[in-house]
Amino acid sequence: MSAVTTPARQATGGVNIKTINRIVIYGLLALFALFYLMPLFVMLVTSFKTMDEIQNGNMLALPKAPTFDPWLKAWGETCVGLTCAGIKGYFWNSIKMVVPAVLISTMLGALNGYVLTKWRFRGATLVFGLMLFACFIPFQSVLLPMATILGSVGRFGVTLQNSIGTNFGLGNSTVNLVFVHVVYGIGFTTLFFRNYYEAFPTELVKAAQVDGASFFQIFRRIMLPNSMPIFVVTVIYQFTNIWNDFLFASAYAGTGDAMPMTVALNNVVNTSTGVVEYNVNMAAAMIAALPTLLVYVLAGRYFVRGLMAGAVKG
Amino acid sequence: MAFLEIDGLRKRFGQVEILKGIDLDLEKGGFLVLVGPSGCGKSTLLNTIAGLETITSGEIRVDGRTINDLHPSKRDIAMVFQSYALYPNMTVAGNISFGMEMRGVPAAERQKAIDKVAKVLQIGHLLQRKPSQLSGGQRQRVAMGRALVRDPKLFLFDEPLSNLDAKLRVDMRIEIKRLHATTGTTIVYVTHDQIEAMTLATKIAVMRDGEVQQFGTPAEIYNNPTNLFVADFMGSPAMNLIPATIGTNGNALSVVLQREAREPILLPMANAPAGLSAFQGKPIIFGVRPEALTDPEGAERNASNIATADLHIEVVEPAGSDTFAVTNLGGKGVVARLRADANIQPGTVTPLAFNLTKAVFFDPATENRIR
Repeated sequence: MSAVTTPARQATGGVNIKTINRIVIYGLLALFALFYLMPLFVMLVTSFKTMDEIQNGNMLALPKAPTFDPWLKAWGETCVGLTCAGIKGYFWNSIKMVVPAVLISTMLGALNGYVLTKWRFRGATLVFGLMLFACFIPFQSVLLPMATILGSVGRFGVTLQNSIGTNFGLGNSTVNLVFVHVVYGIGFTTLFFRNYYEAFPTELVKAAQVDGASFFQIFRRIMLPNSMPIFVVTVIYQFTNIWNDFLFASAYAGTGDAMPMTVALNNVVNTSTGVVEYNVNMAAAMIAALPTLLVYVLAGRYFVRGLMAGAVKG
Repeated sequence: MAFLEIDGLRKRFGQVEILKGIDLDLEKGGFLVLVGPSGCGKSTLLNTIAGLETITSGEIRVDGRTINDLHPSKRDIAMVFQSYALYPNMTVAGNISFGMEMRGVPAAERQKAIDKVAKVLQIGHLLQRKPSQLSGGQRQRVAMGRALVRDPKLFLFDEPLSNLDAKLRVDMRIEIKRLHATTGTTIVYVTHDQIEAMTLATKIAVMRDGEVQQFGTPAEIYNNPTNLFVADFMGSPAMNLIPATIGTNGNALSVVLQREAREPILLPMANAPAGLSAFQGKPIIFGVRPEALTDPEGAERNASNIATADLHIEVVEPAGSDTFAVTNLGGKGVVARLRADANIQPGTVTPLAFNLTKAVFFDPATENRIR
């Protein structure tokens, strides 16, 4: 009899320990999640409060009379430095800089990955190793050399302007930032695409060659349509990085019309005149954070596996 | 002049020579199978014909035209890959017509060609599906459809059946054979499966280490292997290769086979190959296929040279269609193939007939055939 009952008792004991383990694990996870969500929560509720309520109330309390005014003020009226026209102009500055930078660096990364895996040449591994090295160069060490290069490019732009009447955007701060981010991003995007294409069946490329497709036709018709997962990963990574960049932005476009969102936000918060408008600052910070959130929510849906299913084997 | 001619083809990767001077030719409408163990260079050879690999020296001609340096798409070939290599982002119809699209064939004409091929391969109902929605056999058909639609001079198949399960593989093998018979196309086919090679080919090239060991019809390869490797590689179950010596029996030569704990067997040779007399008293390898070692009643009646010997049966394997009996000669397990209903028991001593007309002999030093 005992031989039969003992395992049964062990089994119920096992279930209890399992349940306790689950509770501990989920409890801890919930605690961490709460810890991370707290600042977001404070930002969000503060941005809907009036200044009176902020000065007299509890930081964690929900707004008693929710108001959109801080958001509207942040968007259209708040002072960035000496101009008081809100952050909307800088928001568009960032968009104008981020979208081309992300697309160009991602496409170049895809092309590099394609060449490094499917059109191997002598020294391909070395080239890839050197590009990988670019991922480990700290931002700060690039600042001065890059400033020198951008300065030269800018002078060349002025020369062009004087001689043929157009500078092709050379010397423009937005173009400069796009250039810097593309150069800095290529290492990462190449790494992503190269590793993805390494596992991409080479027989598909061979089949397309037999079918008569050219180098770029194979890239456009075979490689890219089957790269959705890594494309999305790269876009999210690049978008987040470039949008949130402050160092390059403040170094190469820290003043003037092309100033991106991150620098503008810093100038809003660091203003030294009058009362610190926490609600407006919080609203501005929320607006600055929204695009990266939006990109993740929209593109995250395409983080799906199995897009390659059916290409090879049974 | 043959349709496909390969002359002195060499391929080198750095210091390693992958293909060491290949000479092959194939008549129009022929079916050439390249067979060999993995790493023998058969797939590389196929890729050089396709133009997916460059060659170091030599020449490849199709229909009298040298194609060495042409781009794959200009060679008028079509290829079926081991993994099928269907484009996962396109429908079946898109996959089949991609090549025509690249060549700028008008849409109406493409549709006509798709319909024609779909009818031949019975994949009409699959045309709008994606490859991921197809079974293994259906993918195989689509891959063949993509090749067929081009109507090329030469078809290349790279182990097309190796990803299918056993039953489907036999079905598709028959289908490929039927396709070859009805369309009369010229095919080069790579496989490591010697049964596929035997059943499909009009010509077989057995390869090892970048060299063609033997090139001939399936019957030549099977019955007249030029060396030990070919004899061992082709045929299932494999040929019995028994260490033996040559003795004299009056005027005639005889094969002496050692047995465990008993006196050796002497098999008198009525019409020994001429080269064998030089090996008197020397060791040789005696090769006999399982079907040439059978029960005396089942032995071929019109064979001129049959010798019977009593053998100790160690294992009996009834395989349904045949019964295989394993005995020990010259220190090696030897398989005999008997009728399915042969009355044979393991552990007994049973007379078995050697069909010596079908026997072959090899020099153990050079591994070459003694003729």
